[in-house]
Amino acid sequence: MASSAAVPFWRAAGMTYITYSNICANLVRKCLKEPFKAESMNREKVHFSLSKWADGKPQKPGFFFFFTLLPV
Amino acid sequence: MLRQASRLISRSATAASSKSVTARAFSTELPSTIDSTFVESWKKVAPNMDPPQTPSSFMKPRPSTASSIPTKLTVNFVLPYASELSGKEVDMVIIPATTGQMGVLPGHVPTIAELKPGIMSVHEGTDIKKYFVSSGFAFLHANSVADIIAVEAVPLENIDASQVQKGLAEFTQKLASASTDLEKAEAQIGVEVHSAMNAALSG
Repeated sequence: MASSAAVPFWRAAGMTYITYSNICANLVRKCLKEPFKAESMNREKVHFSLSKWADGKPQKPGFFFFFTLLPV
Repeated sequence: MLRQASRLISRSATAASSKSVTARAFSTELPSTIDSTFVESWKKVAPNMDPPQTPSSFMKPRPSTASSIPTKLTVNFVLPYASELSGKEVDMVIIPATTGQMGVLPGHVPTIAELKPGIMSVHEGTDIKKYFVSSGFAFLHANSVADIIAVEAVPLENIDASQVQKGLAEFTQKLASASTDLEKAEAQIGVEVHSAMNAALSG
């Protein structure tokens, strides 16, 4: 079969649908009015801990972050 | 939309079955599969144990397609963090599909539509409720149930117009100065989302 319909511009640039969808959602959230914006930022907070490994062992026990917005 | 579509599709599928993929039954039409020979031989070998269940025995049968078109559309509108509408019976829903604003009435052809940033409106009698949807999908089933899933959907009153203008200006500028493909794509997304919000607020 020939290739399907033209790919969307974000897929042509190497972005996946999930990344696209998350960027759209973040942009919408940034444009909300005040009480709703704070609620959504609170709701979307992600807690994660990051550790670099060397020789099969974590170099630090891990440092704890949280990000309210993915970089965009 | 075409009410005869499913009949026409199955008719053309059987006609073209020689060259197309083997026709698969829709999941609403599968017979209930309890293999009686298996159950009998199980009972012979292990009479005191219940025969094992299969995943299909746990599935509730899908509501069948009514023979006549129902009068109301049942809408399930869900977000990752909340269920906005659950099983609500409405007259019509207009969804912002990538192919344009799509009106969904009861008896709509089964469709899967990808949504673009835009307004979704739910019409119930004279009541119209509008949401700005960031992106998502809409699954329209043969039994007039519409499952709409969105990542973020807000009522229009919650959007701040000044921030939308600021964002639009910022991303238009970023689009002009972008260098790599990825930056261009991100800026383009920003421009699209902000212009959609702008149009939603003013339209």
